[in-house]
Amino acid sequence: MAVYFQKREIVVPGQLLAEGRYRPSIGTYDEGGKIFASLVGLAELRGNTIKVVPLEGVYIPHEGDFVIGTITVVAGNNWKVDIGGPYIASLHVNNALRRPYDEDISRYFDIGEVIAAEVIAFDRSGGPFLTIKGRGLRKLTDGMILEVSPSKIPRIIGRRGSMINMIKDRLRIQTFVGQNGRIWIKAPGSSIMRIAVKAFKMIESEAHTSKLTDRVAAMIDEELAAIGEILPEDEAEAETPEDETEAASEEVAPIDEVTTTEDVEKEETPTGDETTSSVEDEIREKENDTEEVKEE
Amino acid sequence: MSPEVKPDFLISTEGLRFDGRRPDELRPIEFKVGVLQQADGSAYIKQGKTFIMAAVYGPRELHPRHLTLNDRAFLRVVYRMATFSVPDRKRPAPSRREREISMVIANALKPVLFLEDYPKAVVDVFIQVIQADGGTRCAAINAASLALADAGVPMRSLVPSVAVGKADGTLVVDLGDEEDKYGQGDVPMAIIPTTDEVTLLQQDGSFTREELVEAMQMGVQACKYIHELQKEALRRAYASRAPAEEEDDDYEDDLETDLGEADLVGEDE
Repeated sequence: MAVYFQKREIVVPGQLLAEGRYRPSIGTYDEGGKIFASLVGLAELRGNTIKVVPLEGVYIPHEGDFVIGTITVVAGNNWKVDIGGPYIASLHVNNALRRPYDEDISRYFDIGEVIAAEVIAFDRSGGPFLTIKGRGLRKLTDGMILEVSPSKIPRIIGRRGSMINMIKDRLRIQTFVGQNGRIWIKAPGSSIMRIAVKAFKMIESEAHTSKLTDRVAAMIDEELAAIGEILPEDEAEAETPEDETEAASEEVAPIDEVTTTEDVEKEETPTGDETTSSVEDEIREKENDTEEVKEE
Repeated sequence: MSPEVKPDFLISTEGLRFDGRRPDELRPIEFKVGVLQQADGSAYIKQGKTFIMAAVYGPRELHPRHLTLNDRAFLRVVYRMATFSVPDRKRPAPSRREREISMVIANALKPVLFLEDYPKAVVDVFIQVIQADGGTRCAAINAASLALADAGVPMRSLVPSVAVGKADGTLVVDLGDEEDKYGQGDVPMAIIPTTDEVTLLQQDGSFTREELVEAMQMGVQACKYIHELQKEALRRAYASRAPAEEEDDDYEDDLETDLGEADLVGEDE
């Protein structure tokens, strides 16, 4: 039983990390009872599990991941969806629409349109398969999409959503964070949008530094002060959606309530669907039911 | 460049080589990781006058589709030499030699990669020889394995590689161009340093059995040294992105990456 690395040390592939009764997790492999790193990244020991937090890498789907994808092909009874990474996902009508639906399914989602979806199945034999039946899952028709490295997404969400909730509270924006490195942002104005993008970029470039939440918060406050828009604290707090203690993959921020309908920058997503707002309302109601405000 | 002439000697009377190195001395090696913006992973190597750039893309969707492997990712290595990389202009058409070296490099790298993690996908490795001065296939393996690590492709270990040869009857490590051309033999090799497995071993010229065994031992030693340089280069590239030194405070926002393994753990939290 021995561990051969410092906490959060940068390790390289082939480096011996531990011997004995430890469990190899992501970024590691076991050979003859010894655990080695298989990636460049930061080594961590939690409990008796050893993992290497990757600093690079493509998006590999996992069941239960929330993703943002672009429709690339409309094929009879399913859509092919580009979710980044090596695998093209497929969304079957049964997982998207309620009967009866039009024979021409491109009426619902057409090529180039963007959806927020959940991965329901992926293994070596098939998939990934998506569904958009679920809370917060729908076609994204406004706002903009920001792409970051998928390996930085856990940091953007933060522990139990701490980071993303902080950003949403301060900026009063709606976001949907896809595990595949795409973030949908809808902000009440372009200046707020700019701050939001800056915040996400900051997290991406400083993902492995500590106390990041505080520094991002300070940066946002500074930027908000600069444009003279200070949001009342109490309101922001009241809005805080608390997470149920679920696995991190479940922690993708649900769309929260922002009533502003002001125009925002429109990138990638074409507009023209009025049903979204009602969907949002539904979501909001559901959320309020489960919501419980805890003290930090 | 002046026309090449055969040097009068490869090993001087003092026992030093054509370029003044000792028989077991490597040329100065410089690695740099993360040199290309566009690629998912990249690295260059300067080894003496040899200068090689490696770029990795993927794992990504494989085209053309018929190459798909259902149980693992396809490793596609393309080794190319620039027209200006050698004194006589290299004709730009892909040559038999380039195709062969591409395959040899792929075979040297394949055993360390966990390609089975990415079925049906492809990992593209592009290797461009910018300046050639002997030992390009070995230098290319060194650079390519760094680029793969930089791209975040899971691997058992980095792969160091070096050529051992025979010049004027003496075994010499890391052949330069002249030793390669006018020497009596060349044994390029690559190893997995953690287990001492050999992933590349070729030979041209003639060696006695004893010479070959000794050459391989010299090669393994040199590879282990190169491996240290590789690890250092990789750490250096990531050091700037590493956490600041003011550690050991209880960072409440821990590097939290429960990528679904939470259910595997079950006990702690």
